[in-house]
Amino acid sequence: MRRIPWTLVVFIAALAVPFLGSRFYTFVASDIVILSLFAMSLNLLLGYTGLVSFGHAAYFGIGAYTCALLMKSANAPFLPSLLAAGLVAGAFALLFGFFCVRLTRIYFAMLTLAFAQIVWAICFKWNDVTGGEQGLPNVPYPDMAWMGAAPILGNFRVGDHFYLSALTIVALCFAALRRIVDSPFGRVLTVIRDNPERAQFIGVNVRAYQLAAFVVAGFFAGISGGLFGIFNRGVFPDFAFWTKSAEPLIMTILGGMGSFWGPAVGAAAFIVLNQQITSFTEYWPLTMGTVLIVLLFVFPGGIAGTLTAAVARLRVRPKAATPPASAPHMVKPNA
Amino acid sequence: MFEFSFLFGQFLGGLTAAMFLFLIASGLSLIFGVLRVLNFAHGSFYMIGAYLAWQFVHSIAPTPEGFWLAALAAALAVALLGGILERTLLRHLYSREELYQLLFTYALVLILGDVAKLAWGTQQLSVSRPPSLAGSSELFGVTIPHYNLFIMLLGPLIAIGFWYILQRTALGRIVRAAALDRETLGALGANVGWVYTGMFMVGSFLAGLGGALVTPIKSIVPGMDVDIIVEAFIVVVIGGLGSFWGTFLGALIYGQVLSFGILIFPRFSIFAVSVLMAAILIVRPWGLLGRPLK
Repeated sequence: MRRIPWTLVVFIAALAVPFLGSRFYTFVASDIVILSLFAMSLNLLLGYTGLVSFGHAAYFGIGAYTCALLMKSANAPFLPSLLAAGLVAGAFALLFGFFCVRLTRIYFAMLTLAFAQIVWAICFKWNDVTGGEQGLPNVPYPDMAWMGAAPILGNFRVGDHFYLSALTIVALCFAALRRIVDSPFGRVLTVIRDNPERAQFIGVNVRAYQLAAFVVAGFFAGISGGLFGIFNRGVFPDFAFWTKSAEPLIMTILGGMGSFWGPAVGAAAFIVLNQQITSFTEYWPLTMGTVLIVLLFVFPGGIAGTLTAAVARLRVRPKAATPPASAPHMVKPNA
Repeated sequence: MFEFSFLFGQFLGGLTAAMFLFLIASGLSLIFGVLRVLNFAHGSFYMIGAYLAWQFVHSIAPTPEGFWLAALAAALAVALLGGILERTLLRHLYSREELYQLLFTYALVLILGDVAKLAWGTQQLSVSRPPSLAGSSELFGVTIPHYNLFIMLLGPLIAIGFWYILQRTALGRIVRAAALDRETLGALGANVGWVYTGMFMVGSFLAGLGGALVTPIKSIVPGMDVDIIVEAFIVVVIGGLGSFWGTFLGALIYGQVLSFGILIFPRFSIFAVSVLMAAILIVRPWGLLGRPLK
């Protein structure tokens, strides 16, 4: 039995969402796709490098404002604006990260939070550029006229067109992230996570590697923010507020930070849960807080961790009866 | 450029704000100093203290001077709430990574914010000043409400009280030892678990008291929890997390920067304190009066 290419299956299923013809499904799917990139970018720090950033919203917000300002005020085209969102966010990650990686553990988390507050304060108060408290409403959709002219895609709404563009971009980002974590660079990051002292002993420049991871994570958070600003049809200072930084952390914990796809699974679960709960109660934070506490105490591995453990248990039991060669390779260990 | 009385008025305004912030931030700093937990829910405790004070003023103590009783009862109730949460949940996370502790206290922010909305709704609530301090005095041409004077005196009193307890009593010695080395203190026979619970309760009490005492000056609104925690956070970072006098100094600086920052650049006063915080974190990550930690 051959390994099922799950990544491809999920990608094709995601491509098919506009065919359902529902504005709502496309909306939810866009939300999931864009925020899963936010969560996955954070997990490069959290799960792979062992850095707890509580200020990741800063780079999300910087990306969102950069992309929105370029597209709205400067009428710049979409792809260069989005790339600029990632690059500007990455540049700020380089500047802030330079100071952050000098600190360890809780102090690292605090400094990332402090920098995020500065970004928030600028967005909140610099009325002339960021629109201050009112934010930047009416961020335009990118020009996707070629999709309207394409054979099958022509029937879709502009929201579907944007969804497909965002999905493609996010998929490319995931591919890049996968390459990064599987590269020698990614391996060194996990060594640093597991034992920074030992990494230092074997000659790794720990701070330089942490800073590089911080910049890469900031870049992808910026891309995610840029996409989200367009999807949300507006950019607001809340994008960089400290409570926004908690969201990708919750998604990652929900999905499981021990696995590559965990944060994306968590983002999907988080958003679907949000949609379901807000449809019958306004007390979404109360529900989320309770779910979070249950997760922290009962399922610290998140959805992915719990499933992997369950599958592993199922695979162990019939081992005595059947030879291991026939075991399905559905779940890659350590994936 | 500015008259003296005007500047003096700004100074006193900053000082009042600073003493409120000190009340709240000192609790945050104490909890961090001993438990090494950055408690995001501290702002929520402050908010619950404010709502409870309003509740008690209107239900159990509707007499003119009932405010004092209500404020004390609110602070004690918040301390109890903190104690219960520490005892039943938080203590199980001490051995886990910081991320779990941070997310736990954040989950409390989410839950308590909604609980407050469920219990007290979303409209603004306010409490009137107790009659004994309803008046005001004039000093150098500035009118100061007596209630603000009381807050300006209360801050230093609490600071000195804590300094005395922490530095000069046997109990304080145990608390300082718990902050330095939990295992050794436990091996010496102290009940470290209860020291932690006690400190968490004291910290929560200060948050609740701050919330209760702020009600005659500021109206109670949803969202006051996430706003105040950021301010308290900036204060303790400037002064040094875990350093008591550092928090005092941090609050004084914060209050004045905010108060005079508005005169110099009206829009960027929040920005000014944030930059000050970042500058301090870069130069002295352990704050002005804190000690570097490994």
